Amino acid sequence: MAGLSFDLIALQLFAGLALGAIYVLFAIGLSLIFGMLTVVNFAHGAFYMVGAYVGLYILSLGGNFWVCLILVPIAVGLFGLAVERVLIRPLYGRGIDYPLLLTFGLSYVMVELVRIVFGKTGFPFDTPEVLQGAVNIGVGYFPLYRLFVIGATAAVLLSLWLFLEKTSFGLIIRAGARDPQIVRVLGVNVARVWLIVFGIGTAIAGFAGLLAAPLQGLIPEMGGTILAEAFVVTVVGGMGSIGGAVLAGLLVGVVVSMTSLFAPEMAKVSIFALMAVVLIVRPQGFFGRAGLMS
Amino acid sequence: MTKKITKSGSISRRRLLTTVSAGAALAASPFRVNLLQAQEATIKVGFPVPLTGPYGAEAQDQVRAAEVAIAEFNEGGGLNGRKAELVVRDDKLNPGEAATRTLELIEKEKVSFVVGSLSAAVQLAINNVTKQRGIIFNSISQSDTINEASDFSKYTFHEALAPHLTAGAVGRYAFSKFGKKVAFLTADYAYGHEMVRGFQEAGKAFNVETLIDVRHPVGTTDFSTLLPRIQALKPDILCINNFGRDQQIALKQATDFGLKKSMKLIAPILLFTGRVAAGAQAFEGVAGGTSYYWGIEDKIASAKAFNDRFRKANGGKVPSDYGALGYSGVKTLLMGAKAANSLDADKVIAAVEALKYDYYKGPQYYRKCDHQSVQSVLIIESKPTDPKNEADVFNVISTEAANEANLRTCEALGHKS
Repeated sequence: MAGLSFDLIALQLFAGLALGAIYVLFAIGLSLIFGMLTVVNFAHGAFYMVGAYVGLYILSLGGNFWVCLILVPIAVGLFGLAVERVLIRPLYGRGIDYPLLLTFGLSYVMVELVRIVFGKTGFPFDTPEVLQGAVNIGVGYFPLYRLFVIGATAAVLLSLWLFLEKTSFGLIIRAGARDPQIVRVLGVNVARVWLIVFGIGTAIAGFAGLLAAPLQGLIPEMGGTILAEAFVVTVVGGMGSIGGAVLAGLLVGVVVSMTSLFAPEMAKVSIFALMAVVLIVRPQGFFGRAGLMS
Repeated sequence: MTKKITKSGSISRRRLLTTVSAGAALAASPFRVNLLQAQEATIKVGFPVPLTGPYGAEAQDQVRAAEVAIAEFNEGGGLNGRKAELVVRDDKLNPGEAATRTLELIEKEKVSFVVGSLSAAVQLAINNVTKQRGIIFNSISQSDTINEASDFSKYTFHEALAPHLTAGAVGRYAFSKFGKKVAFLTADYAYGHEMVRGFQEAGKAFNVETLIDVRHPVGTTDFSTLLPRIQALKPDILCINNFGRDQQIALKQATDFGLKKSMKLIAPILLFTGRVAAGAQAFEGVAGGTSYYWGIEDKIASAKAFNDRFRKANGGKVPSDYGALGYSGVKTLLMGAKAANSLDADKVIAAVEALKYDYYKGPQYYRKCDHQSVQSVLIIESKPTDPKNEADVFNVISTEAANEANLRTCEALGHKS
């Protein structure tokens, strides 16, 4: 292995953490919805894709990237609210596979609609000008935009944590996740709580799609790959644990990065190998509650 | 008198009825197909392409261009008045699906020729069926394998470029200009491997040194963990040997990592549709090869004629690279049939082998041993900014003229002569 220097390994490690942050961002909406509602949202990747396309649409109307950062999560979140109210709500209490199958079908419908409206060919999505180029991080050059994505992910996590742990509404959400019946007896409108959680989860998915657009460009099928990655992160971290998703996302990123350095053709497989090992040793994932799926 | 008239009238009415009902019965029966075929049936050209899936845009363009070839043939009077017809099927970019559709085209549609495919693996699957059935197949997507003795048959033609030729042409251009230290970023499947081999073969003459060949899985969406190592090795040239969305994302992220500042990025093939989908930022300064770019119409009369015809049929749009192959792939077989004045496979094969044609990009012909179309390779570079005319995305910076010496030799492919 020629050319392996300390700087390269350090940069590779950093690239892995940065990639991990992107995985965390992809997974967090999925994990939130599962943890609080026990709904496995197979349309997560489709909401992510819709976020990117809504961003593209706002840009075409003359908006800029910063406007998108605010409007895209709102638009996708509102869409998520409608989906929960009309499609998901009638399925609560019917077992975990009902909403799973519904969202699976929904993702196909959403992808097909985007194909019809925007066409099958992809679109470019330029990196916002102030975030273009690479900066020296001490051990090598790293794209400025990726550093921005790490910051944005941290901001999403921090506000989600503050919301869930430090507000009274967050307390109700957490209580509702543990025992919806008691919460209902206490006079809380649980249906409304779930509606809002689903809206937040899809809003974060849309936000992730927007942030991914300058990294990958847009095609209607872009949600497919991230759905698999988000599931691995969620499962490894423990279904429904946001802290677990963060740890798992970063770990997956570092594993991919280090595999890429020594055996790049194995990079994709390494994600699933890691998941297999974790599931054998600890079936509920890092911080998962056992029996959540049953 | 009156009686007679009535009588003859009633007879003719009865006769009319029988004729009509017999005709109706005939029209509804399978005999009709045979009857028509014996007389003036259309010449059917089967066209399996991946209308759905990641290369749907290219495939649709292939259909549009192939229709131009059909229309021209029919306007020219067809084959002694027999018109041609394109029978399009979706192969879904899946070899199994393609084989089934091809069989259906041969058995049910009774096609005379098959033209199509947009994947190295799919074309081999189609070729397997057509060579067993003795139907001429003209492949319009890149592959080195299809020319090799193990897959080739006399019914097999290859109108598209061979990876060895494409990568070789781009290599011969780039190695002399940008340097000898080369890194590869390669999609880990047949297409990528063939391209690397093409570059390395061409590189021997320039004493090119391969620093690293990073293989990534097909469908990679994040290259950030692969790029630092390439950057640390400080190559003069980075060859990006992947296709479609992989290529778009790789170029985009290589740009973000600032690789373009320290090395020249080249790709064996730059796709017109890919450039449009990924934008100017990602493709800026990247050089690559192509079989066709519409912009050569300033210099080549046949390109101008084809583009104009295509524009007229498609609301002013210009044909893409792979699209244009649909045109020439269909056209060569139909012109071969015309020259042979027959649809008999052996006669058409002999006629197509004898063709010296210039349909859309300058002179071409099929090499005898492997039926590879010997043709020019264009070296193109993406224009730096998005121009006013959205189709005006590449500059042709060099043209490697058609030359058999740039192909793999017939012996290397396993052919006898």
